[in-house]
Amino acid sequence: MSTTTTRGTASPAPAKVSGTRPRRGLRASNTLNFWLFTGPFLIGLLIFVFVPIGWSIWLSFFDARFTVTPSNFVGFANYRHMLTNSDFTGSLVTFTVFAAFIVPTTWALSLGLALLVNRLRFMRAFFRSVFFLPTACSYVAAALIWKMAVFNGVRFGLANTVLGWFGIDNVAWISNPSPPWYWLVIVTVRLWLQAGFYMILFLAALQNIPTELYEAASIDGAKSGWQTFRYITLPQLRATSTAVILLLLIAAYQAFDEFYNIITTRATWGQTPLMVLYKTALGANQDYGSGSAGAVILTLLICVITLFQGKIMGFGRGEESK
Amino acid sequence: MTTTTPPLDKPRRVRRGSVIGNAGLYLAVSVAAVLFLLPFYLIVRNALSTDPEITGENWKWFPTHFQWGNISELFNDETVDFGRSLWNSTVMAVLMTTGILLICSTAGYGLARIPYRHANKVFYAVLATLMVPTAVTFVPSFVLVSSLGWVDTYRGLIIPGLFSGFTCFLFRQYFLGFPKELEEAARVDGLSQWSAYWRVVVPNSLNFFAAMATITFISGWNSFLWPLVIGQDPSAWTVQVALSSYMTNQTVNYHLTFMATAISILPLVFVFLFLQRWLVQGIAQTGIKG
Repeated sequence: MSTTTTRGTASPAPAKVSGTRPRRGLRASNTLNFWLFTGPFLIGLLIFVFVPIGWSIWLSFFDARFTVTPSNFVGFANYRHMLTNSDFTGSLVTFTVFAAFIVPTTWALSLGLALLVNRLRFMRAFFRSVFFLPTACSYVAAALIWKMAVFNGVRFGLANTVLGWFGIDNVAWISNPSPPWYWLVIVTVRLWLQAGFYMILFLAALQNIPTELYEAASIDGAKSGWQTFRYITLPQLRATSTAVILLLLIAAYQAFDEFYNIITTRATWGQTPLMVLYKTALGANQDYGSGSAGAVILTLLICVITLFQGKIMGFGRGEESK
Repeated sequence: MTTTTPPLDKPRRVRRGSVIGNAGLYLAVSVAAVLFLLPFYLIVRNALSTDPEITGENWKWFPTHFQWGNISELFNDETVDFGRSLWNSTVMAVLMTTGILLICSTAGYGLARIPYRHANKVFYAVLATLMVPTAVTFVPSFVLVSSLGWVDTYRGLIIPGLFSGFTCFLFRQYFLGFPKELEEAARVDGLSQWSAYWRVVVPNSLNFFAAMATITFISGWNSFLWPLVIGQDPSAWTVQVALSSYMTNQTVNYHLTFMATAISILPLVFVFLFLQRWLVQGIAQTGIKG
């Protein structure tokens, strides 16, 4: 789980800057201390985050094939090239389909597991650990297991072996896009990897629901089970659910590892946005101009998603109320 | 640490469910647990089998003899230097974890605690970087790193990832809640802010540092896209890039591929088993706080 997958959930409080003016000497020492503590980080941030972003925006307006110091200004040609390029627009379709599968299934499975584990009284830690264990696995390793052991298109893959017990012929899970069985492979691998992580989030949120709510409901005659789930548990989990859904969405947007290893960049189907960027900038053509333009477009799109998330979740409410 | 996370192990007071209900519950979690463990079983089975056993006509649940020799075969294999990739991943994950903790924790503390006039502006600049996901910026980062001549080096692998706005942000949020009295006592005793930080604040925050270290180590070890971009030469491959290369090789060697997978997961399983407490705490704290 990279840190980028959990970004943007905590709501920032505005930095505390005391209103009263400190004495001059103290203020000078504060300035010195501030830069002492934050200087190394800020210099690095400038060089390795802001400079590349600026450079990339600059490159996106140039014909920058095989060079990062181009001189041929081309205006918006790279942007036009990317937006009319069927590989790039196709990758946005891939992302949309993928998100439509992975977001609801992961949400439901992780919530379901959390509800089950939360009711356990014996071996609770054991089951929690089992569901959480895949988090330790990398996307590459999981892709390898799925591709070579579970959904191997030949006879000895586990899925085809099980189908064979029922007399069903081998299915070419990955190598053939029609019917698109590859979605089953791609969605289940991420489901297996992620579900435990989000289960932990739901479990923490479930523990925070005050028991009095359930007691009051039972006094009012609500039947435990579906009724309490529908009218107490689910509304109480709203904040967590929203956060989980948006985290899943942003993670799906950046999907690369399992697509790259299972479907590979040689295929004509199932290419995600990052795979197209990878091929454009680091493939045979080394087209840094178009690659940069694509990165800018994707960044703008994700900013829209994040701002939309902010609208829903009240990200930065602290700043607005000032 | 001021614990804000409820202990996840404590069961909620539950009404006495019926015996049948409980049996159904345990049946459901057991079935789910078997499905979740199945891939791990497949790794171990294939890693300790011979290729004919894996690809044979009939499904074999266990190899006839455990092929422990597969381990030495893997490390003596000429096509992929797996030992080298393990070493590269270790260096990368350890240095990244150390570096990120050093750089981002001090910055987070500075932003949270030092009353400097422009602190707010600096903080917003850091927040702005959170809007741009690191994965999308790999093209511009590669442009920079290749101009510096850092392709195929540890520097290129590690340094660009050290300045994580998100980790800095998490440390800032943590230090905002750190009791002020402790530091003030240290300052009264004549310590500078810098030594007060290292001698009072950090020793009293080890839980949070452990949680962050665990998360950073796992994400470093498992990262793929950046090492793939930087590791053009096989000698600079990390474990994940090496694993990926097994999948695209012309001749597929099942037992070695799965032995490599098993060994690549092993360190994380240890981290996981011994540090699960920090990990769960870290996720519960950093994942959702709003």
